[in-house]
This record gives sequence, C-alpha cells and structure tokens, in this order.
Amino acid sequence: MAYVGTAAFGCPRASERHMRRKLAARILILIAIVGAYAIYRHREPATHSGAPQHAFAPDFTLPQLSGPPLKLSDYRGKVVLLDFWATWCEPCRVETPFLVGLQNKYRDQGLQIIGVSMDDTPDPVPGFYQQFKMNYPVVMGNAKIGEEYGGVLGLPIAFLLDREGRIQKKHIGATDASTFEREVQTLLQGR
Amino acid sequence: MTHHNRALIAIAASILLISIASARQASLIQTSHLINTDELVKILQAPKGEKPLLIQVGSHVLYAQAHIPGSEYIGPASDPNGLQRLRARVESLPRNKFIVIYCGCCPWTHCPNMKPADDALHVMGFTNVKSLYIANNFGTDWVDKGYPVAKGE
Repeated sequence: MAYVGTAAFGCPRASERHMRRKLAARILILIAIVGAYAIYRHREPATHSGAPQHAFAPDFTLPQLSGPPLKLSDYRGKVVLLDFWATWCEPCRVETPFLVGLQNKYRDQGLQIIGVSMDDTPDPVPGFYQQFKMNYPVVMGNAKIGEEYGGVLGLPIAFLLDREGRIQKKHIGATDASTFEREVQTLLQGR
Repeated sequence: MTHHNRALIAIAASILLISIASARQASLIQTSHLINTDELVKILQAPKGEKPLLIQVGSHVLYAQAHIPGSEYIGPASDPNGLQRLRARVESLPRNKFIVIYCGCCPWTHCPNMKPADDALHVMGFTNVKSLYIANNFGTDWVDKGYPVAKGE
C-alpha cells in the first residue's frame, strides 16, 4: 500500500517538504492575523463613538447655578477642562477637590474648568458646590448636550480643549490626577 | 500639628470615608444575583423563553440618551423616592416574575443604585431578580458593543 501511495503522489520526501512548507505558511498567516487583531484590540480606546479628538467641541449655552447662562465659545483663548459629573457619582466626589486645586494653580496661565452637572434636577447641586468649595462655573447639562458630545453614558467624563476649542483629550471614568495636570500643562504651553 | 499636616489628615480621612462608602455599593451584590450583558442579550434576542421586565434604576439624563429597548425608567435607587417608585412598580407582580435591573452610571464598584434596588426587590420576596453587571458604564459595556439601544423619554 505504501508503494502504491508513493507512486501515486511522486517522491515522498519532496511531497512532505511541500506539505510542511504549506502548513508553516498557513500557521504564519494565522499568527499574523491573530497578532494584528490583538494589537488592534489593545490599541482600541475604551471610549464610545462620537466627539472625536481634535474636532471642535460642540458649542452650547446652558444655565449656570447662578448668574447668566454660560456659553462655551466665550472661553476661546483658554484651555478648557470640561467635566461632566453628578452629585451622586462617587468617582466625581473624589476628583472634585483635585479639580478645585488645579483651577487655583493654573487659572493665571489660562486654565478654565467648567463643570457640567448631569444630575436630573439642580436641587442637590448648590449644596455639593458649597461643600466642595468649587471655584469654577457649573452648568446644568441634559441629554441633548450628552448626545452632542458622543454620549455621556457614564460618569465622570472629561474633555480637554485647547485654546482654539478643539477636543484634545477625552477621559472616561476617574482620571489620575497627575495625568490631568500633565495634559493641562502641555496644552497651556501650546504643545 | 501643623496646618499642613491637619489638611493632609483631613484629605486622607475623606478618601477613607469615600472608600468605605464605595465598598458598600454594587460590588456587594451576591454573584448569584448577577447577569452578564451577553447573557441578557441572548435572552432578549431568543425567539422563545420568558422575557424579563427591564428596569433602569439610574439617572434620567443617561436613560434619555440611551437605554435598553423596552426598559422602564424608575429613577436612582440610591434616592428614597427612586426606591419608592421601584417598590410601587413591582408591588402587584407575582414574586417569581423575571426582573432585570440595571444602571451603568459609573463603574460597578462605585454604582450607588444597584445594591439598594437589588436589596429592595429581594426583601419584597422576588425570587427571579437579576442585576445586570456593567463593569465600566453603559456606554462602554453596552452601547459600544453594538447591543440594542433606544433613546428618549
């Protein structure tokens, strides 16, 4: 039987070599595909779609806790940290004291933090504002502004805007304080 | 003790209190009460089988942007009014009714709404309640995965 098989398919060693090469090539292609996919998945940011970085931040005019409505485009020329938060959001409670410190430290260099409260009603916001001694304007957000920013479907979410109003960074979830500060410094220096 | 040291201690104490508060949140829900997003999608898309009553127990601003089709908005269960609305909604239902509650307002370990809602339904005697496990938030763990989404009130 062995002889018949060999005769039918030509030289056995050449055939085996050919099969091995074919198999090796297939394995290499498979590894390349799996590797490329793994790299793609690894690099894919955990963000939702919309509001791409470097696009101009959608302008808005929203009511403040006190005073006249706030218009985002009035802050062109400043580096803006737009922070979507809510009083019931625990990571937001952790971040707020740091944001207050950041506003104090970099105000003179042109940083303006703007809080966008995503609370369902404004009722709990003034108490939170006073408790945390917030030193930057807070506006009341809504579903429409959330959608314009690509969906604010989890808090906190922060956008860093350059002096021209372009979105340079988007952070979903609590962000490390040193990361925020480094990015703010970079934008303030115009890099 | 200097003013600087007192400030540091105050900050440390605040962080500790917040950490303790966090530990009392959704992460304490029993594993047997949980359902994963892919499991729920399979149930919702299956041609047969009991479909759950879906209840969102988080923020309305988030619900209006995106929610699971057919789910009902009840309001944040961390708030007494939200809990009251939840109890009123299910009061007349048979205690073996399949109910899935979800939020996704923030990372699971920080969600203030899921644990109170899960507790309330079990205290009322519901035996087939599942809490949808959303690790990060509704956007990342549901919308971005291409699962069905509805918008509006």
